[in-house]
Parts: sequence; structure tokens; C-alpha cells
Amino acid sequence: MTINEIQDSIIGDFSRFGDYLARYEYITELGKSLASTEPSIRTDQYALRGCQSQVWIKAQMRSERIVFTVDSDSLIIRGILVLIIRVINNRKPADIVNADLYFIKEIGSLSPSRTNGISSIIKTIRHLAEEYLN
Amino acid sequence: MVFFVTDIKRGNLKAFLDVEKIRCDFPILESVIYGKPLVYLDNAATTQKPLSVLDQIKSFYSHWNSNVHRGSHYLSEKASVLYESAREAVRQFIGAKSPQEIIFTSGTTASINLVAQSFGKYNLKTNDEIIITEMEHHSNLVPWQMICKNNGASLRIIPFDDNGMLRIKSIDSIFTDKTKLIALTHVSNVTGVINPVKEIIVAAHARGIPVLLDGAQSVSHQPIDVELLDCDFFVFSGHKMYAETGIGVLYGKTLWLEQMPPTQFGGGMISSVDFNNTTFAEIPFKFEAGTQNFAGAVSIAAAIRYINDIGINEIHSHEQHLLQYAQQRLAEIDGIILYAQSARKSGLLSFNIKNVSPFDAAMILDKMGIAVRSGTHCALPVMKHFGIQGTIRVSLALYNTIGEIDLLVKGVRRARQILQ
Repeated sequence: MTINEIQDSIIGDFSRFGDYLARYEYITELGKSLASTEPSIRTDQYALRGCQSQVWIKAQMRSERIVFTVDSDSLIIRGILVLIIRVINNRKPADIVNADLYFIKEIGSLSPSRTNGISSIIKTIRHLAEEYLN
Repeated sequence: MVFFVTDIKRGNLKAFLDVEKIRCDFPILESVIYGKPLVYLDNAATTQKPLSVLDQIKSFYSHWNSNVHRGSHYLSEKASVLYESAREAVRQFIGAKSPQEIIFTSGTTASINLVAQSFGKYNLKTNDEIIITEMEHHSNLVPWQMICKNNGASLRIIPFDDNGMLRIKSIDSIFTDKTKLIALTHVSNVTGVINPVKEIIVAAHARGIPVLLDGAQSVSHQPIDVELLDCDFFVFSGHKMYAETGIGVLYGKTLWLEQMPPTQFGGGMISSVDFNNTTFAEIPFKFEAGTQNFAGAVSIAAAIRYINDIGINEIHSHEQHLLQYAQQRLAEIDGIILYAQSARKSGLLSFNIKNVSPFDAAMILDKMGIAVRSGTHCALPVMKHFGIQGTIRVSLALYNTIGEIDLLVKGVRRARQILQ
């Protein structure tokens, strides 16, 4: 599936929820499902600055595709990260750099902002992918 | 607007506001958020505006808009009179001696920066000290840190204890011969703790040290009398007291303001100019360079009228009642950590839910229509003290109700259930 096909399918999944509280309960459950990594990536090297929640993102290149490892101290951000990974993991750097992650705003009324850290997450993912472009 | 009921539990007579009537003055409170009625508990960030303030702003622009202290035409005269009457309204509201001690700024931050860049820049010498507290908002920390670095001076910090109260065993021990000013918050924007400012001011003045009080979180919640407090500077923002954004106040004693040089230069603040020299206008005008936010000043005057009509003492009693109730009900929830629980506080409180990110809790509460603030509240040293990443802050205003606190408590229980 393409990046946008997965995004559309996620938006479809979320449309079945009655209200935003139910959507966020589901996002929280997704956050709980994210297994903790071994070794932990909760180090300064992978930390994002300036978010209200702590967020860690690690990117590795495997067979010309990027594999992301993610973590956060916020269950909601972890849930969003699970969905982001579902959309962009294991893809070529150029596809990630060019991706428009519109599904985030659609599913949770979450605009990328300084407060929630989403803009910082998207920027970091793009930046990490750009590094592998060269 | 006040009626009395017997508070059976306490066995005495307490004043309550007619909140249902008051709420009709705030159209935004009728909002529906995610299908739920709005419960607005983020008043320490900014308060909502009553119709009388909104009407006054509209009326100003509809009938009187003109630049102040510039033209000799009718509208300019009228706008100037309104602007100066706003200054007089502020003077009366905070009990200043003279309107020349009231300087309009863009807000608390600008007021503090003005004092730091003027009083601080020209009075601080190498090895001098500015005293602040561990609980300051960044806006009463960074301007002092910068001016200290610039002038080779240092910052001394008064710590607070785990109950959020300043550790002042002996007030005199705070000061040294090098202390040039103490700048502290009247009310903590994180814990709500009310500092013993009168005692600190008396002790500081005994050594000839001036005191700046950050009144951002106190001015609309308790009576302020700067003459009684005897503080040298008092700063606050309009938008946290039911007026519009972009307007604030610096109160300063005439003695200081006359000595202090202006920090911004331009139109309206001069008495004469040629290509070699400029002489400045008298206070307050020498600190008001350029076109001022005169509509904002008019909105502050309207907000003061609104507060006075209800009564600041009644507002204080109402918010204290809500605060006590909120603390008591929140404390009943398993895993709640309340900060500064037993301290004397203004109408705001901070808490956490054990093993729950405050950001997550605030996001879940938001989906129930409940607006609270989460995060560090621009006070990273306070977070460091408690060893936390942030808190959930509930801050009250005159229009909040017991019913809203019940919704908050229900919401926190639900958030805890979802997030743990």
C-alpha cells in the first residue's frame, strides 16, 4: 500500500468512533501497545527538543529503506507515533521526505503545534530521512 | 450581585457571587467543545472577556478612535481623555498615589523588561546582586539573568520548600550589601502560593533595597494596594484581568521612575529634539514611546469597572471557596499528587496523576470540554524542584462554578482510568 492509502485507511478506521474521547481512548491503547525497545532509545542522542512531552526517534537504514524506532513518555504521543510508523516505516528516504502526513489532523483534530510536539516529530522524521537521501 | 447563604459545614456566613448571572456576561462560556459544554479552567493563562469590555472596545473604535496625545482635533482630544482616564482607573484600582506612576506597556513581560533594561542596566555594577525566587515565571527570571550577565552582576535565588512556600527563616539573611533589587512573584503561577510579600518588602526597605512585585496572578484575584504594600514596582497584564491582550501596566514609585532612563525612543516621549540632543518628557510619557495601545487601555478601564461592580473581595471569597472544594475533591482520587496543598493559595492549583503524563491528562480532559493547562508553565526551575516534567494546572476566575469543579473531578477520574 502507498503512504496515502495507509493514511486513508487509518482515517476510515477512526471514522467509526462516535466522539473524540473514544478516538483518544483508542490512540492511548495504541500507545500502550508500543513495546519498549531493547536497548532503550531514551537517551539524549535520540531526544527531540522543545516538545511538551518527551519524544525519542531513531532512524536506521536497512536495505535502502528506513526503519524507525520511537518512544515517548506520553501515551497519546506514543499512539500517534505507532500510527506514523505504520504509514512511513520501511520506506525509501525520498518517499518519507515527500510524505504529507495529513491523517494526524484528520483522526484527532491534532494540528501540528509547538505545544503537542507533532510539528517537531514530523520535522525530525523528514530531517532524518533527508540525511539518508545523500 | 452578591447574595449570602449559610455555609453549614463551616457554620458561618459566606458570600457567594451570583455566578449564573455573571456567566451571562461572558458569551464564550456558552461554547460547546467536542459536543460538551466548555469548562474553562485556564484563567491563569488568560481570562475570558465580559460583554461590557467587548462593547467598550467596539464603542471606542466605532466612535472615538484616534491617536492619543497627537492631534488637536476633537477625536484625538476625546481618545486622549479616555486613555488618561484609563490611567486614572488603574491608579485607583491598585491604590497608587499619582497617575504619573502608571505606565502602560504591552504586558507583564514588557513591564519587567523595562525595569530590567532601565533600572537594572544603570544601577547594576560588577558583583552586585539581584534577588529572585525559585518559583518565578521565566519572564521574571530571564530579563534579570540577561542584565546580570551583561553587567557582571549575579542572581541570588530564594528557594521554596516542598509545600511551595519560600524558605525564609530569617528574612534579613536574604540580603547582602551587594543587593540592588528583589524581584518576586506575588502569586506563583504554578502552585498558586501567595508569597509573604509585605514582610519581604519591609525587610528589604530596612536596607534600602527596592522590590518589584509580579502581580500577573494576583491582580484580578485579591485587593491590591501598592501604597499599603509599599512595593517599588508592581507589574501586571490586562488579558489576565478580563481586558484585552497586548496591554499591561508598570506601576513604579515616582522616586524611581524619575531617575530611570527610557529604554525605547521615538514619538510621544520627548520634550524637545534637535539633531544634537533630545530631552525627554516627564513620567509617565517618557516610557511610552510611539503609538500606544490606547484601545487596550480603554479595555483595562472597562475591566476594572466590571471587577469593581462585582467586588474584588467577593471575587476572592468565591475563588477561595472553589479552590478549597477543588483541592478537597481532587485529593479524594487515588494517585493524585497535589502541589503546595497546605499553603495559603490564590485561585489556582497544580496536580499530577501518578504515572500519567500531564499532557495526556490535559488532552483527555480537553475531549470532555475541560480546558486546563499542562506543561511546565514557563517555570522550569519549579519543575526541577519537584523533579517532574510538568503539571496539570487548574486556574479559576469569577465565573467558575462548583458544578464545573464536579465535572473536572469526574473528568480526572475518567482520564486516570483511560491512561493508567
